[in-house]
Amino acid sequence: MPIISRGFRGRRRDDVPSDRVPPGQYVTPDFPVLSAGPTPHTPLDLWDFTIVGEVDELYRWTWEEFRALPSETFTVDIHCVTKWSKLDTVWEGVSIDTLLDGVETSAEYAVAFCDGGYTTNLPLEDLTDGKAWIAFGYDGMPLEPEHGGPARLLVPHLYFWKSAKWVRGLRLAATDEPGFWESNGYHLYGDPWKEQRYWGD
Amino acid sequence: MEGTAVLGRLIWRAAEVAELRPETSSVKTLVLEVAGWPGHHAGQHVDVRLTAEDGYQAQRSYSIASAANGSRVELTVERLDDGEVSPYLTEEARPGDVIELRGPIGGFFVWDPAPGGAVLLVGGGSGIVPLMAMARQRAVDGDRVPTRMLYSARAWDDVIYRDELERLGGDGLDVVYTLTREQPPDWTGYGRRVDSDLLDEVAPADLALTFVCGPTPFVEAVAEALVGLGHDPSRIKTERFGPTGG
Amino acid sequence: MEKLRLDGNAAAGLLQEVFAAEVTTAVGTCDGCGAVEAVGAVHVYSAAGTVLRCPHCEAVLMKVVTDGERIWVDLRGLRMLELRV
Repeated sequence: MPIISRGFRGRRRDDVPSDRVPPGQYVTPDFPVLSAGPTPHTPLDLWDFTIVGEVDELYRWTWEEFRALPSETFTVDIHCVTKWSKLDTVWEGVSIDTLLDGVETSAEYAVAFCDGGYTTNLPLEDLTDGKAWIAFGYDGMPLEPEHGGPARLLVPHLYFWKSAKWVRGLRLAATDEPGFWESNGYHLYGDPWKEQRYWGD
Repeated sequence: MEGTAVLGRLIWRAAEVAELRPETSSVKTLVLEVAGWPGHHAGQHVDVRLTAEDGYQAQRSYSIASAANGSRVELTVERLDDGEVSPYLTEEARPGDVIELRGPIGGFFVWDPAPGGAVLLVGGGSGIVPLMAMARQRAVDGDRVPTRMLYSARAWDDVIYRDELERLGGDGLDVVYTLTREQPPDWTGYGRRVDSDLLDEVAPADLALTFVCGPTPFVEAVAEALVGLGHDPSRIKTERFGPTGG
Repeated sequence: MEKLRLDGNAAAGLLQEVFAAEVTTAVGTCDGCGAVEAVGAVHVYSAAGTVLRCPHCEAVLMKVVTDGERIWVDLRGLRMLELRV
């Protein structure tokens, strides 16, 4: 039984409509930086984004080609498994639908792979139909390296560890391969509304 | 730390606030009474856990500031404006309040009474806390190991333990300050961030062991500079406190 | 430079929960580059879980995740760990 410390209230947990805040989360005005490793600094002339694996051919975009693709500005709420949520975050990015347009695959799953070695796995259908982007801008500015710049995956309907920083591509596969955290206790899928934080949740 | 490797799992203990002692305008020392405290080594830290009435919990690590002294454990805490635990510990907590503590934790960044030469303690901001525990333990033990402390702070008003450091000086311990942002009018000491030249001047001749503690950028710059000056990396022990040092 | 990077001292409490022993003085060998360091001297990053990385090559040495009741530990990045008892 933990001891209650008189007068301790913890972080101010703002009153926000609960249809915006998943269970166990609190809203923060900050944008905490969390990282599993050192910040990569890939020069843009060496950067590319590829779609590999269960595909008919390799798909590759250089930074110029990637930035020439149609992109959009969008506002979403994000939810980190460490319990903070940030509402109404504004991003600029390329929809995964745009990148997958014309890509022939029988794959049902994808693994996002990144500079520095981080990976995360998702069902392909969680990346499509307007649910995910490769984001290169945040709050009207180019995405900062500490937040995943030059580009990160953005999948706001799942816990934010799925929104892989420093993303370099997607590997499509027939089976679901647990990524960096999913192979170490974190939930394979990660739906914040069902509080799917850990294995067995 | 011979013979201390097998310790078993840590348990949470009740720690009663006995006294609060302001150190600077934003730093306070909490004197805690911890029943059953097994004792500690200078340099070790504790985890502090606070639980609110609705069950919400927050946990942080703090270096122990005091030398071993029965069931008494002192923590020196800097209030971080956007902090969650430090504002409670420095502004809300009163004598009689109880917090939870587990420890002592650590074995790597721990005072060595027989280092085989001189010791250099380099502290940046609140990184001075575990080094102060070392200086205090050294004094309590009557240790004569030649020890130099290099303390980097923004200004004279930010220097924690000022009077005590003055008293502890002598008996082979000497304290050098560098005030990086502003210096008092009659200041003759260093007035810049710790760099290679400063370290070269301050490091004792027969340096055998160095402890560096503070914010990560400070620790890494100091450690790198010492290695660049030819000091053995395996004899430089570091403890990083993260970006703000608190 | 990595402002958020900590070192093995920051993981000491968590690792003592795993090993039931003080581990920062244990000496680990990186399976990536073979470097040998005390656990207290390795790099520690705190994200969704805790990641210990080799200070020489930044290869992952250990990953630790806890939900308060279970602890998941991946030690594959450590070729060897030597503790004194």
